[in-house]
Amino acid sequence: MSQNEPSDPNRRRNTRLALICAGTFFGMVGAAFAAVPLYQAFCQATGFGGTVRRAEAAPTETLGKTVVVRFDANVRDLPWSFEASQIQQTVKIGETKLAFFRVTNHADHPITARAVYNVVPEQAGAYFEKLQCFCFSDQTIAAGATVDMPVLYFVEPGYAKDINTKGKPEITLSYTFYPATDVATQPPPANGKAAS
Amino acid sequence: MAHAAAHDTHDDHGHTPGFFTRWFLSTNHKDIGTLYILFAIMAGLVGGALSGLIRAELMEPGIQIFREGSWLAQIKIAGSPLIEPSKQGYNVVVTAHALIMIFFMVMPAMIGGFGNWFVPIMIGAPDMAFPRMNNISFWLLVAAWVLLVTSMFVDGGPGKGFGGGWTLYPPLSTSGHPGPAMDCAILSVHLAGASSILGAINFITTIFNMRAPGMTLHRMPLFVWSVLVTVFLLLLSLPVLAGAITMLLTDRNFHTHFFDAAGGGDPVMYQHLFWFFGHPEVYILILPGFGIISHIVSTFSKKPVFGYLAMAYAMVAIGFIGFVVWAHHMYTVGMSIQLRAYFVAATMVIAVPTGVKVFSWIATMWGGSIDFKVPMLWAIGFIFLFTVGGVTGVVLANAGIDYSLHDTYYVVAHFHYVLSLGAVFAIFAGFYYWFEKMWGVKYREWLGALHFWVTFIGVNLIFFPQHFLGLQGMPRRYIDYPEGFATWNKVSTIGYEITAVGVLIFLLVLIDAMVFRRKAEANPWGEGATTLEWTLSSPPPFHQFSELPVIKPDVH
Repeated sequence: MSQNEPSDPNRRRNTRLALICAGTFFGMVGAAFAAVPLYQAFCQATGFGGTVRRAEAAPTETLGKTVVVRFDANVRDLPWSFEASQIQQTVKIGETKLAFFRVTNHADHPITARAVYNVVPEQAGAYFEKLQCFCFSDQTIAAGATVDMPVLYFVEPGYAKDINTKGKPEITLSYTFYPATDVATQPPPANGKAAS
Repeated sequence: MAHAAAHDTHDDHGHTPGFFTRWFLSTNHKDIGTLYILFAIMAGLVGGALSGLIRAELMEPGIQIFREGSWLAQIKIAGSPLIEPSKQGYNVVVTAHALIMIFFMVMPAMIGGFGNWFVPIMIGAPDMAFPRMNNISFWLLVAAWVLLVTSMFVDGGPGKGFGGGWTLYPPLSTSGHPGPAMDCAILSVHLAGASSILGAINFITTIFNMRAPGMTLHRMPLFVWSVLVTVFLLLLSLPVLAGAITMLLTDRNFHTHFFDAAGGGDPVMYQHLFWFFGHPEVYILILPGFGIISHIVSTFSKKPVFGYLAMAYAMVAIGFIGFVVWAHHMYTVGMSIQLRAYFVAATMVIAVPTGVKVFSWIATMWGGSIDFKVPMLWAIGFIFLFTVGGVTGVVLANAGIDYSLHDTYYVVAHFHYVLSLGAVFAIFAGFYYWFEKMWGVKYREWLGALHFWVTFIGVNLIFFPQHFLGLQGMPRRYIDYPEGFATWNKVSTIGYEITAVGVLIFLLVLIDAMVFRRKAEANPWGEGATTLEWTLSSPPPFHQFSELPVIKPDVH
C-alpha cells in the first residue's frame, strides 16, 4: 500500500465493484433457482423432456400408421396399489383412445394424492396429448376403496413426421402417485399452465 | 480494509510479522499465495495417492485391493479400516480423487497460488484490493478440505463415504446416499465455492481498479488476462452449482422434490444445472495455465508473444462459448436431434480460439532463440499433451460418437490429457518458472529436467492406453473388468508407478532447494523475461512497489 495512501474515492470504487460482483453472484443463484419453474414451464409448453401435454380437442386427421403405447404405474410413499388395467394398446396415430388405471387405497383413512407423468422417448412428449386424465387434479380415495381411472389420449399426426420420433414404434406412458400433502405449497405440476 | 493495509506501510523496512501473525492472520498476497501453493501440493499428494489406489486395483482383472484381507484393509484407524475395503470404498476413492484434484489442487494452485502471487505484481499493484477477504478465502478452503475428508470417513448409506462421482448426480446423491457423508461433501463444495467466489470478487476488483499508471487492459500480461477471464467464469458459474447442490441438500433433508421425479421434479434438470457450472469449470481449471504457458514460451524463445491481442481475446471467446455448450456432457439423456446438433456445432467452435492459442504459441517459438530450461520443457510438454487432449475432445464433441464413448475410458483419457496433464503440466511449468521468485532459492536444473522427463513418460503411459480401453468399450468408474482389457490396464498402472517416481523426484527438488539454499537472482531468465515481477528482487520485498511502476506502450 506504500506511498499510494488509499484515498476514499479509491476505496469507494473498490467497494462498489465488489458489491456489483456480489450482486451478480446472488443474481446467478437466483437464476439457478428460477430455472426450476422455468424449466417446468418450458417442458410443459414444448413437450421437452417427455412432458405430456393437455389438449382441448381431438385431432382431425388420423393416419394409417400405428404405435404401441405401453403403460407404467408407480406409487411412492403411499399405502396404495396402482396399476394399469392394460399392458399396452395399439393405436393409430391421430386416433383417440381410452386407457384405464386401477387404484386401491389400503389405508383406513381417505388419502389425497397427485400423479406425475412422463413419456419415453422424450421427444414423443410433444405429440402425446391427453384430453382427460386423473392426473389433471388431486385424487382423493376413500379408505379401502378401489377406483378405475380413465385417461383419454391421442398421438398427434406430427409424430410420424418429426425426425426425432418417426419410425419409433413404441411410446411408454408412466405415472407415479405421491402424497399431495407434503407439496401442498407447490402448484400441481400439470395443472393450469399447459391448458391455457 | 484499505486502512489496515495503509497502516502496514510503516512496517515496510525489512520488518515482517511474527510466525503466527504472518501465516495465520496473513493479509499479504504473496504469503497467502504461498499458503495456497503449499495447500495445493498437500492436496495433490493426497489426490495422487488416491489415484494410486485406483490404478493398483485396476492393474489386474478381479478385485484385489478393495476387499477384506487386502493390504488396504489392514490400514486401520481406531479398529476400523481407513478406507472401506469394498466396492463402495472404490467409488468413494474415485469421487474423492476427482473432487480433491479439481477443488483442492488445480484451483488453489492456479488461481489462489500463482494468481495471488503474480496478478498484483504484474499489474504493478501493492497488494490485492481486499487483503483480509483474501485471507478468508484461503481459510474457507481449509475448512472445505476438512469437511471433504470427514465425508470420506462417515456413514454414507451404502457404506462409508460418498461414492457417486464428482458430478453428484441424483438420485444417487439423494436417496442413494442417505447418510451424513453426502451432506458433508455438499457443504464442503459450498465452502470451497464461497472461497472461490470471494477470491473472484477480489481479483476482479484488483485487476479493474488497481493497475499501475499506464497499465491499460490491452497492456496487461496474458497471465493477468487469463485470471481475469477465469474469475469471471467463476463468478457466473459457481452460483449455479451452489444453487444446484443447495437443492440437493433440501431434497435430502427438507422433503423438497427438485430432482425427484416421483415428487414432480426432474433429475435431468440437475444435470443441466450442474454442467452449466461444470463446463465453465473445466476452463476455469485450464485458462490460468494458458496464461502461464504464454509467459514461459515467450521468455524462453526471447520473443514477445505472437498475436498478443488475439491470445487475450481467444481466452475471452473460450470463456463466452464455454457457457453455451454444457449439454455436450449429457448427449445420452435423450435430447432431440436438433439440440444435439446445436451442442455439437457450438462445442466444435471452441476448437477455433483454442487453435488460435496453440498456433500462437508455436508461432512465438518459431524463429526464436529457444532455451530448453526446465519451465520451457514443461511448457512444450503442456502444448503437446493439451493438443492431444484437444483432438480427442473434438472427437467426443460429436454426439453420434459420444453415444458409444460416453462414460468410457476414452472420456477419462480425454479429460486427463487436458486437465491432469494439461493443467498439471502448466502448474509445474509455472512452479519452476517462478520458483526462484517465490522461494528466493534456486532449484537444481538437472533434477527439474529429470522430474519432467519421468513425469512425461509416466503420464503418457497411464493415459494413452486408456484411449484404447475406451474404444474397446471399457466403462469408467467400475472396479473390475473382463480379461480382455487386462494388457492396457497393466500398462496404465506401470505408467502410474513411473509417475509416482516423478512425484518423488519433485519432492527431492524441493528438499534439495531447501537444504542448499542457493541464492536466487532477481531475473534468472535474462532478456526474455519482461513482466514486472522480474524487476523486483527474489523473493520480492514484503511490500512491493514503494514507487509505482509506470508502464510504457511497448511492454507486454
